[in-house]
Amino acid sequence: MHITLKVWRQKNQQDRGHFETYQLDQVNEDMSFLEMFDVLNDQLIREGKDPVAFDHDCREGICGMCSMYINGRPHGPLKGTTTCQLHMRHFKDGDTIVVEPWRAAAFPVIKDLVVDRSAFDRIMQAGGFISVNTGSAPDANAIPVEKDKADAAFAAAACIGCGACVAACKNSSAMLFVSAKIAQLALLPQGQPERKTRVLNMIAQMDKEGFGSCSNIGSCEAECPKEIPITFIAKANREYLQAMLAPDLPE
Amino acid sequence: MELDAKIPQGTLSDKWKHYKDTVKLVSPANKRRLDLIIVGTGLAGASAAASLAELGYHVKVFCFQDSPRRAHSIAAQGGINAAKNYQNDGDSVFRLFYDTIKGGDYRSREANVYRLAEVSTAIIDHCVALGVPFAREYGGLLANRSFGGVQVQRTFYAAGQTGQQLLLGAYSAMQRQVALGNVEVFARHEMMDLVIIDGKARGIIARNLVTGELERHGAHAVLLASGGYGNVFYLSTNAMGSNVTAAWKAHKRGAYFANPCFTQIHPTCIPVSGDYQSKLTLMSESLRNDGRVWVPKKKDDPRKPTEIPEDERDYFLERRYPAFGNLVPRDVASRAAKERCDAGFGVGPSKMAVYLDFRSAMERYGHAEAHRLGIADASEAKILELGKQIIAEKYGNLFEMYERITGENPYETPMRIYPAVHYTMGGLWVDYELMTTIPGLYALGECNFSDHGANRLGASALMQGLADGFFVIPYTIGNYLADEIRTPKISTDHPAFAEAEHRVKEQIDRLMSIQGKETVDYFHRHLGKIMWDKCGMSRNAQGLQEAISEIRALREEFWKNVRIPGTADSLNPELEKAGRVADFLELAELICIDALHRNESCGAHFREEYQTPDGEALRDDEHFAYVAAWEYRDGKEYTLHQEPLHFEVVHPTQRSYK
Repeated sequence: MHITLKVWRQKNQQDRGHFETYQLDQVNEDMSFLEMFDVLNDQLIREGKDPVAFDHDCREGICGMCSMYINGRPHGPLKGTTTCQLHMRHFKDGDTIVVEPWRAAAFPVIKDLVVDRSAFDRIMQAGGFISVNTGSAPDANAIPVEKDKADAAFAAAACIGCGACVAACKNSSAMLFVSAKIAQLALLPQGQPERKTRVLNMIAQMDKEGFGSCSNIGSCEAECPKEIPITFIAKANREYLQAMLAPDLPE
Repeated sequence: MELDAKIPQGTLSDKWKHYKDTVKLVSPANKRRLDLIIVGTGLAGASAAASLAELGYHVKVFCFQDSPRRAHSIAAQGGINAAKNYQNDGDSVFRLFYDTIKGGDYRSREANVYRLAEVSTAIIDHCVALGVPFAREYGGLLANRSFGGVQVQRTFYAAGQTGQQLLLGAYSAMQRQVALGNVEVFARHEMMDLVIIDGKARGIIARNLVTGELERHGAHAVLLASGGYGNVFYLSTNAMGSNVTAAWKAHKRGAYFANPCFTQIHPTCIPVSGDYQSKLTLMSESLRNDGRVWVPKKKDDPRKPTEIPEDERDYFLERRYPAFGNLVPRDVASRAAKERCDAGFGVGPSKMAVYLDFRSAMERYGHAEAHRLGIADASEAKILELGKQIIAEKYGNLFEMYERITGENPYETPMRIYPAVHYTMGGLWVDYELMTTIPGLYALGECNFSDHGANRLGASALMQGLADGFFVIPYTIGNYLADEIRTPKISTDHPAFAEAEHRVKEQIDRLMSIQGKETVDYFHRHLGKIMWDKCGMSRNAQGLQEAISEIRALREEFWKNVRIPGTADSLNPELEKAGRVADFLELAELICIDALHRNESCGAHFREEYQTPDGEALRDDEHFAYVAAWEYRDGKEYTLHQEPLHFEVVHPTQRSYK
């Protein structure tokens, strides 16, 4: 396959950035999208040019590190798929592919396609946990959890924290990411004691980081590589409202 | 140096209790004044950071990824073992201990393994308390499944994403401590060297990967939780960034490296498809609960797998190992698949693959579901549809991943799988307290050698990582730090820091100045091929000797002809890779030296010269029942230190899964 790549190049956070066009002649349809970038970088290094910096690690769709905005869509055209799991058989010979970094004020570009997503870690620090010290837990089977609630909590917990939801959103809202964690812990009996403070603190931190507001467009759900449903945002909003209206009342 | 494993006195089941009862303690006021460094944020690193910070220590944590949540534990799929016996099927701490010792082919320490089995149950309790959404039954209690080498159901899981859920649990516990000010995280930082003052580990030199700056960090003790070295083979199931640098630098500063040749090849991975391939993807061992492994009985059978009738299929694991069938341990299953492919029965375009087939499981589950739903005369299509739903619930994400990579639908046609490098049992030598041969330097999780002998059982890596971090190190580190309470804050102005920083800078300058012709990946690929061909699933003396000289030549070429673009004072992924590959090029030689010296076959280490008439591993307990701990000398030679293994409870026999 022959592929034309238009790739965003940006030296550092201060640089304005620009597109560069590259031609790749020997793209194999069984290659992953990132393996195509390996080939591109190999070519650039041999030509004495600076290779494209991009984040990646596990290359099996679970670490959440890869983050390319491909033809106007986070992680590219395939539903429920991270960039590293996207294969070239989903493109055609002769295609031109435009690749950009995640674009959001809260995710500043570090270099080329690499952005700083540490805002997500700080949101987690604000409340994405259950305050239990090691060694004090009761027997794991002491508290039964209804299977449907456990399954729903797992569906929320499947979030890989890649930030595609933010990149997809015209408001750069992080609500899908934040709501998934709020919902996971609100669904489980272990998450009840801190249920109200958690939602208030995590939402406050999200706002502080400069993410936009959610206006229920749903592009986050459409583009999420783990297909986290937008119903978790509704759940988080309900949690937030309850906590706001009666912060001091016990559940 | 005499290796002292510091195994406590007493009967096996009392050792850990006795140790905890008598170990030195550090008071809360003193804990607040002690600094710890942890390198790596996988299950071992994150859990250690959380639990040590909860105790009051001040902890600095380092990871090369952009967030601690990305560490490669996240990719573990199938599950985590624990001796809960929730299934009433005869499990116990002793059985988990016994299975692990036997699974490791009698090359691990009894006391360590027993402790691992003992603390396994507390891990599940704690993870549930942290909000980890394990799979549950309709009654609301936890579900279990089986893994290889085991005849009970003791594996806890969260679909095929158990590692992700456990890591996010440990990560969240650590983030809570960040919020409380007890943990500081240094993401996009890589440990470049260890700093030793007066014989004790007192800090590290780290490189800020964004700015390229070298930073000095001091601490009263340093904990490495930096994972395994499977990427020495280039193609492996490890993440692209997984590397040996932290452990190797510690080794070069005096920590012995134990059993490096014990590298696990996992039987069920998606086969290699081309030269451009950057990594291999695992298909969880849990699939062997329901998948049956087979090849056609006829060589080069041109038919599609679905067209080959039952009596023309060779279910070779069930045939060779009727007692454990498809759930034999990984080393056994991998070798059996290789044997069939080498004999010409392989399938797929490369003929280097076997089938993993779910058809009979779908039928079995479909019948059960039809019965449950009261459908009396369900058609075959209906039964398959119902069975498919159950399979999707158990392994859905794995089936999707398979389809995305291969373009084939595994619900309709069997998966094609082949063994791939997955895990390394070898690692830094540690004593019972997880301390290396450098005082104050600890190694946790996959980067130590301690619990899995010559072969790790499935679902035991997660168990060991969390055992080390949550329940072992919080006790054992106190025994060292109790004598450090009078040591003031470690000053990074000490000449040892300057010296280590200088060494790191020198290596970076040297790498940047070569400006040769070949990329880092070229060398890494080449190294991987040497290792896979000559030190992979089977090894022999001649191949290993060849490998050693080829590795030396490749290393020399690397230092003459590698090309690293860009500069050292900015984000430069090629420079990061070059440093890691430089260390792999040294470690690879030691792996081969270790494999060559161990004149026996055990677990994952299969020397062709030492096998039984029916092709099973032939151990030599008389000469090799020891841990081989290697001391670094000048990079050309290594000194072997032996830690004899004493089996007081389990008597080593030939491992049989027949």
